[in-house]
Amino acid sequence: MRTITIDPTFRAWRSRARTLLDERVHPNDVIWSTKGNDTDELFGFAEPTHENVIKFPVSQINNRVKVPAYFIKLSETVSCHRSQQQWSMLYHILWSITYEQERDILVDQTNDTMRKLEHMRKSISRDIHKMRAFVRFRQVDSIEPENNRENYVAWFEPEHLIVRANTPFFRKRFAGMNWSILTPDECVHWDGNEISYTEGVDQSHAPEGDELEELWKGYYRSIFNPARVKIKMMQSEMPKKYWKNLPEAEIIEELIQTSTDRVNGMMKEENRPLKPEPKNKYLDHLKQLNDNE
Amino acid sequence: MNSLQKLEILADAAKYDASCASSGAARKDSTGGKGVGSTGGTGICHSYTPDGRCISLLKVLLTNVCLYDCHYCINRRSSNVRRARFTPEEVVDLTLSFYKRNYIEGLFLSSGIVRSADYTMELVIKVAKSLREQHHFRGYIHLKTIPEASPELIAEAGKYADRLSINVELPTPEGLKILAPEKNVHRTRDAMATIQSKITETKETCKELKKANSRVKKPTYASGQSTQMIVGADQSNDSQFLNRAGDLYGNFKLRRVYYSAFSPIPEPSVILPLKSPPLIREHRLYQADWLMRFYKFDVNELTTAQAPNLELDIDPKLSWALRNRSFFPIDLNRSPLEMLFRIPGLGVRNAQRIVGLRRHHAVRLEDLVKLRVNLKKTLPFMICVNHNPAKLELDSAALRAKFAPPPEQIEMDFSTPIIVPKATSMTAQQEAKHGEF
Repeated sequence: MRTITIDPTFRAWRSRARTLLDERVHPNDVIWSTKGNDTDELFGFAEPTHENVIKFPVSQINNRVKVPAYFIKLSETVSCHRSQQQWSMLYHILWSITYEQERDILVDQTNDTMRKLEHMRKSISRDIHKMRAFVRFRQVDSIEPENNRENYVAWFEPEHLIVRANTPFFRKRFAGMNWSILTPDECVHWDGNEISYTEGVDQSHAPEGDELEELWKGYYRSIFNPARVKIKMMQSEMPKKYWKNLPEAEIIEELIQTSTDRVNGMMKEENRPLKPEPKNKYLDHLKQLNDNE
Repeated sequence: MNSLQKLEILADAAKYDASCASSGAARKDSTGGKGVGSTGGTGICHSYTPDGRCISLLKVLLTNVCLYDCHYCINRRSSNVRRARFTPEEVVDLTLSFYKRNYIEGLFLSSGIVRSADYTMELVIKVAKSLREQHHFRGYIHLKTIPEASPELIAEAGKYADRLSINVELPTPEGLKILAPEKNVHRTRDAMATIQSKITETKETCKELKKANSRVKKPTYASGQSTQMIVGADQSNDSQFLNRAGDLYGNFKLRRVYYSAFSPIPEPSVILPLKSPPLIREHRLYQADWLMRFYKFDVNELTTAQAPNLELDIDPKLSWALRNRSFFPIDLNRSPLEMLFRIPGLGVRNAQRIVGLRRHHAVRLEDLVKLRVNLKKTLPFMICVNHNPAKLELDSAALRAKFAPPPEQIEMDFSTPIIVPKATSMTAQQEAKHGEF
């Protein structure tokens, strides 16, 4: 049995997986563990064993295996999973593809390991999507007022380790402003020229408000239609766990509570009579068009 | 009036438009530019309101002053609603401020008709042009187009917008005559044709430029158009709604037809008394729409001459299956994909997965469980290795009762009816996949 300790990244896993594959180490004989994972110390896995400090000669690594493109895509995505259980499963699949000629395993919807990995992939994709949706930037004073660029900072708590995976999206979308996204895992910054990463922080480092949030809440209040309340539908797409970092979530309760009264109010309104048609050239023109048909 | 008050009035005035899509735009982003914004791929819903609808775009009117008198609309000239007006600059500022804080994907701009169609259209275009050209905004822009505006203006709007839309509002000319006397189906269709030809033309130019490997800058034009119909305001039946939708999808390649249940508005019109919004009917129409667009159903299969409305208690696919029982059972292992689409409870994705799966092994019930197929609905209609439905069951008159919710005793109530917005009986998951099943 070998214990392999890696950084929790796709590249680190890939390089170790390649060498293990070259040596034909069976997946059942490997325990994957990651640096900075508490369970390591708990079970004593983190102790450096003879194997995991060995440097393999480069010549062996060159013997690259070919895998379907989808496997690379899948492993890159599930690398972000917070549980760290993905590494062993990925190696199992890699083994099956390479030595058991089971390339079809990737499309086998009924294979248990694949289903778990697909489940992880979905969970991560959803998390990536929700981060794009629910990050809320707040404007802060410029550190260098002379360069005329606006500065924005957001606080977000992702479910998985997705900050780096999501960076290109934010860089492309918000190229014209300076921004930082702070998370407990790691922080990412854009200054108009390059992206940089710093260590995770707690929420006290994030700005507390933005004047514009009053307008945003006003918009949220007005765009809501009290006559068609569907709370479950809202919550399935915007689960409560995100609410604490969304400025508009503050007024959800109030909107729900007052909706019935608002609709009953409308129902009791007296019907408005027609007003006489104003004298207007354009309306005359329309009428002519309609009459000609 | 301050900007918050204006925003509240002009967003309130815009909320009855159901369209919120921000997907399907051409790929573009702000890399290397001075502005912000990106589109392409699927749109993002940045928030949800308690009505279960998403907020993806800043949806506002430029002004809610309007010459028209459409009786379902809160902004009609006969209504006493408070009126407000944004300047184009105010809308530009608001859009950018919201966008930079990641509240929205872009702008959905509409307007009441002031002075004339051309005058109004020019103001709307001014906003989009300023966002694109002065502020280098690369986010999503959806512009509501006025069918009576001149074709040149409609063509120009498409240069700055990702999507254009014109609401047909009601499926029949007769309905429009009563409820929206200024509007006209034929003019709307003509304008849609103008937009469609511009879209196709631009796509072809781009294709040729790409083929010739030319460095000439590709023309930009909106990538699609959509429309909306109001359900339950006039007497139109579902067959009329679906036929109009089929007409628009077929002739003008619309991206989406939205169905919006007519819901109570402040300032009710004497011509159109308020009632509770027909949400289930709206849901069934979306399901039927999905069957036309993704399941290859023909519009004539969805309703019959005897029953021109969709059944409310069961979904339209199940309803079709029960009317056409001789079509079933369908063999999962032998039938082509289009046949699998006909099985109640089996979605497009799972039908495709089954076709993939059966290349490797014969499909069994266990596979369906793993794919989370709705077995209760599916079983009577299909055959797989270890399942063959009893012929008796498929022919039985009791089959429908298995799926329909049990009949309820009607409570007699003689007090004045007060309509309370009632949660529908759909489960959260069903609602989440609005229109899918």
